[in-house]
Amino acid sequence: MRLPKLFRRRASREVARDRLKILLISDRVNCSPEMLDMIKQDIAKVISRYMMIDTKNMEIQISKSSVYGIGNKNPSLYANIPILDLHKSN
Amino acid sequence: MSEVIVVTSGKGGVGKTTTTANVGTGLAAAGKKVVLIDTDIGLRNLDVVMGLENRIVYNLVDVVEGSCRVKQALIRDKRYPGLYLLPSAQTRDKTSVNESQMRKLVEQLKEQFDYVLLDCPAGIEQGFKNAIAGADRALVVTTPEVSAIRDADRIIGLLEANSFSQIDLCINRMRYDMVKRGDMMTVEDVVDILSVNLIGVIPDDENVVISTNQGEPLVGNHTQAGRAYKNICMRILGQEVPYLDLDRSLSFWTKVTGIFHKSQEGRA
Repeated sequence: MRLPKLFRRRASREVARDRLKILLISDRVNCSPEMLDMIKQDIAKVISRYMMIDTKNMEIQISKSSVYGIGNKNPSLYANIPILDLHKSN
Repeated sequence: MSEVIVVTSGKGGVGKTTTTANVGTGLAAAGKKVVLIDTDIGLRNLDVVMGLENRIVYNLVDVVEGSCRVKQALIRDKRYPGLYLLPSAQTRDKTSVNESQMRKLVEQLKEQFDYVLLDCPAGIEQGFKNAIAGADRALVVTTPEVSAIRDADRIIGLLEANSFSQIDLCINRMRYDMVKRGDMMTVEDVVDILSVNLIGVIPDDENVVISTNQGEPLVGNHTQAGRAYKNICMRILGQEVPYLDLDRSLSFWTKVTGIFHKSQEGRA
């Protein structure tokens, strides 16, 4: 019953959630999604010098509170970078 | 010990005034001494939602400027002992009052009341600064929409920067039929995005419009919104209340009204 709907479009709930997540990252740090994307590319470039990483699936976000729950109120930059191979094969 | 709670949202039209009226009334119904302050100078509305618009003599600006005593400006709600409203001024603007004046006023009211509720205007300008000046706790109202959540996030950031220790989230106008279809963000989505403590969820209920039309808050009555607001009040009072299973009660009511409609048809 739901299948035709699923093919037609993505649930708008997910669209809203994903848009908000990206929007709030830039709102919170006062930097644009483009700038965040540049940071992401630069980080990927540096790490790629030492190991093979999955640049397609890497995530970078700025969260309001510390990821590890340490008592500082400053926002923190959080990067999740899947490693494909620890030893870079030239 | 008295508490000063500011009801705020950033975005307009999400239900700050309705929430202030219902939470205030609910706390008074629970036997607390409550004063509601409308801080939206120039666009007052809490008086009409409470149904007290015909009894205004003095207002917030009069009190702050010293044209009258606080006691003279307070309107007692005859339906509940211990419920008072300090209305806003309609013919002035937000710059008529400053933060230190608000702080002083709130300090004064704290001595006589268990709860001081401040209805904050939309926006993040002077009106917002005035409303949060004397408060130590915030109730952030949002709806499950992108624009309202974005503004709520901004407001939460500003409250944190003003070292608010307790910030609670109230999600208003939740439509479970749309959530079921995948066309509205879930309560979990909103809480996850904003990462603040959830204090209540108010379903989108047409009874809210009816209650505003009549100038009578619906907290505590049998409607879904009335029950949800009562739960928020109980949580503010420190009680643990389970969340309403709105999905189930919705289908239950659909069934009941369905039977009702059928019988009406049968009679017609």
